Amino acid sequence: MKLPAHRGPASALLFEILGQDDLSPDLQGLNEAATLALPDTDILYDEDLQLCLFALYELHYAGFDEVSDRWEWHPGLLAFRARLEAAFESRLREAVGSIPKVPGTAEEIAMELFELANSSEGPSVADFVSRHASIEQVQQFLIQKSIYQLKEADPHTWAIPRLTGRGKSALVEIQFDEYGSGRPGKMHSELFAQTMAGLGLDTGFGAYINAIPAITLASVNMMSLFGLHRRLRGAIAGHLAIYEMTSSIPSSRYARGLRRLGFGTEVTEYFDEHVEADAVHEQIAGRDLAGGLIEADPQLGPAVFFGARAVCFMDELLGRWQMDAWDQGRSSLRAGELSR
Amino acid sequence: MSASEPEASIVVCPRGPLLVRGDFEILDAAGQPVPRTRGTVALCRCGASAIKPYCDGSHKLNGFEKNS
Ligand code: FES
Ligand SMILES: [Fe+2]
Ligand SMILES: [Fe+2]
Repeated sequence: MKLPAHRGPASALLFEILGQDDLSPDLQGLNEAATLALPDTDILYDEDLQLCLFALYELHYAGFDEVSDRWEWHPGLLAFRARLEAAFESRLREAVGSIPKVPGTAEEIAMELFELANSSEGPSVADFVSRHASIEQVQQFLIQKSIYQLKEADPHTWAIPRLTGRGKSALVEIQFDEYGSGRPGKMHSELFAQTMAGLGLDTGFGAYINAIPAITLASVNMMSLFGLHRRLRGAIAGHLAIYEMTSSIPSSRYARGLRRLGFGTEVTEYFDEHVEADAVHEQIAGRDLAGGLIEADPQLGPAVFFGARAVCFMDELLGRWQMDAWDQGRSSLRAGELSR
Repeated sequence: MSASEPEASIVVCPRGPLLVRGDFEILDAAGQPVPRTRGTVALCRCGASAIKPYCDGSHKLNGFEKNS
């Protein structure tokens, strides 16, 4: 993808730096921008800082056109990223609060995660899409999702070499399915692209980055944060468990909404596939991945439940963002960036 | 899999489906294979799935085994 348009002083400087091949840049301005912004911002909604985090993480995934791959491990940029991550993580921890005592057996852990997934509140985007959304609103919804779904499963894959035993087998079993079980063209990211194409949308990763609001970037950045830090391997496992546990039923509603609008199986396949796949994945992720990890190492319990509660919290904010916009007759995308 | 291990295993998921892993076939009543795209499958146990024999998560909506 191309470097996005900047959204404030920090991202403006960051993108200017990334555009250069000089790998010994002056990062003072970048740090000053962070020092100025961090004390009084809610980082979850900070367009400038979430975009910086997104770009810094993206260097570890597919990178950017015309940006040197060498920036990926640049110590100064990593230090800058660490500052943003510290603020982001403590914001999430503050929202999640203290973690109640974690049960000891895989079965009890799975049950508790299922209950947590079930108790998630917030307005249901799935219900709205199923019954009422217009084609334009479904397009907005797909664009919001695209910043993760076009690289679906990748952030959790970072954790594979950091796990052992039953938890690792479980994660690999899920990820294999996410990547299409070896069938070319059937990776979930590819099925998502097929859905986007069916609604006339650009399927290039990051094609709509300038329209994606901070809160959506934050939900994806959270996955990269959990996935890229070994100390947070429990959190990425908990994240995946809740993600899988809140997917089958909404996916059937999204598919229904698309059929209501007249789209056929090519377009609904992504969601149809998730009805069946995630009914499998949620069982494996709850019992074998999260449960297996904690059974093997009880010290990971709080991290798993931190990740699980964090995704519930972020899902609620993201749902509310979209429904508030639609309730007020606005686009859920960033103003002025709706069309391209 | 070693000779002593079964070729397939079935996990009875409390309040949920049967999780079936390993080497097995799913046939309909006429002996025809049921379309299947994944190795490990979840078979509906609650009766409410719209994609039987597979589970679609509906057991979470109908309180299946909630009181057991
Ligand atoms: S057991 Fe899951 S839908 Fe019936
Ligand atoms: Fe998926
Ligand atoms: Fe999944």
